[in-house]
Amino acid sequence: MTLPSPFSGPHPLSRRVVGFFAVMIAVTATVAILGVILGMMAEFVTQGGGELSWAFLTEFPRNSNMEGGIWPALAGTTLLVLLMTLMGVPIGTATALYLSEFARKDAWFARTVRFAVNTLAGVPSIVFGLFGVGFFIQFVGVGLDAATGSVALGDGSLLWSSATLAVLTLPVVIVSVEEALRAVPLELREASLALGATRFQTITKVVLPNAVSGILTGSILAVGRGAGEVAAIMFVGVTYSAEALPNAVTEKFMHLGYHLYVLATQSPDVEKTLPLQYATTLVLLGLTFTLNFSAIIIRSRLRRH
Amino acid sequence: MAKELATKIHSSKFSVHYGSKQALFDVTLDIPERRVTAFIGPSGCGKSTFLRSINRMNDLIDSVRNDGRMIVDGIDVYDRLVDVAVLRRKIGMVFQKSIPFPKSIFENITYGLTLNERMSKSALNDVVESSLRKSALWDEVKDRLQHSAMGLSGGQQQRLCIARAIAINPEILLMDEPCSALDPISTAKVEELITELKDTYTIVLVTHNMQQAARVSDYTGFFLLGRMIEFDRTRTLFTSPSVKETEDYITGRFG
Repeated sequence: MTLPSPFSGPHPLSRRVVGFFAVMIAVTATVAILGVILGMMAEFVTQGGGELSWAFLTEFPRNSNMEGGIWPALAGTTLLVLLMTLMGVPIGTATALYLSEFARKDAWFARTVRFAVNTLAGVPSIVFGLFGVGFFIQFVGVGLDAATGSVALGDGSLLWSSATLAVLTLPVVIVSVEEALRAVPLELREASLALGATRFQTITKVVLPNAVSGILTGSILAVGRGAGEVAAIMFVGVTYSAEALPNAVTEKFMHLGYHLYVLATQSPDVEKTLPLQYATTLVLLGLTFTLNFSAIIIRSRLRRH
Repeated sequence: MAKELATKIHSSKFSVHYGSKQALFDVTLDIPERRVTAFIGPSGCGKSTFLRSINRMNDLIDSVRNDGRMIVDGIDVYDRLVDVAVLRRKIGMVFQKSIPFPKSIFENITYGLTLNERMSKSALNDVVESSLRKSALWDEVKDRLQHSAMGLSGGQQQRLCIARAIAINPEILLMDEPCSALDPISTAKVEELITELKDTYTIVLVTHNMQQAARVSDYTGFFLLGRMIEFDRTRTLFTSPSVKETEDYITGRFG
């Protein structure tokens, strides 16, 4: 007597057909997404790759942005995200520390902060731009100018753009740092406390050193998000043309994303600048991809340990 | 309990609530100085809760509430004036899951020492050596003190955690199932260590393993459903328990 194979299940044909189509749809969707990304990349590389050169990266634009390179935009973007990181990461880390180490889980204040962070993550970036104008320039900047008698702060600048972007990227930093802090085993904290360490000593000597890669990941993700952002900085200090790099944080600056917007919409001859636009896009995408990719690598290392 | 021994830890009508759930009910007992006192009982009986209440590790849990008194050396550890960090330097603790800090062996031992004071390199060296000798680990690690502690075996890690705890020179050692993750040989080493350490320290040991309690402890307390059912000399408790539940448990009728 032979027993029926346990694998030749009693599934009716109809169910297997449904299963087949479900898998097909999933595969098609995946291939389509990959196709869009690869197609975009291919387009940018073929159209703009020819323009990419050392000179393109290191020269100022000429002739109303119709010729020349993108150096001030590249440098401006770099300065912008650096300043943004300096402002946003410490505040984000402190908030994450509060949420993960100090707040009781059911405390109304912690719940409010969490709600605010989630809401902040969903606010359109142009709103951050308007907030930057209203709060940083009009309120803080003009107010400080009036108090000190200067005129440096009451206008859009590298400083206020960085501050606006720092607020915009705060949720990214908070969420990833908090995740990293929570990943530090409870046993390590207990061991430290049981040896007579205070809560604060435990945080500085055990928790933070073990969450460094998470803080790094959060910073890189924030930089990646901030580097590509245009709408938020449109009104708070970016400029379409600069003779020189900014000498102070109170000056205006050029930016890759905004430069692209200018090339595509404000140029005397949009058609003629197409290769420049593609090349600029390529640089901007390359920057963002590299940052996100390094964040993924750091994160996967963090998981492994 | 024998009256000739000095009492190190005294609890009176000590109760613990986690939120609305009561985990300990009016536990009153005296733990003698420089002896090994073991707590046995089925999972969830409150023995670990009691242990973690002695050095206030339960403070870390948001919803915890205590009643009654927990006296160590005549001082109520839940008094407002008690500095928890100072209290915990006096009461060392070894946990079930022994996780060394992801630092070198040397730094693991000196962690507690260097928290509040600067010590000379030679003084630190002395403490590291003596702590590792006391925890029977010196010969195995003396040539790689600067290596990461994560490279040690499970049994070595647990003995490192004991060394780390005794490096700050506590008077009491709380051990929360220190052998439950160890193989039999490592367990034997840790048990031998406990026996040696009891000349210097008051040791309170929570264990799942009744044989372990019988082997290493001088006094044993049996917990059931949050209550202290019986507390006596280990030999008396295991050979002629006076409460029926204790007898049922140690003869394996439940738990």
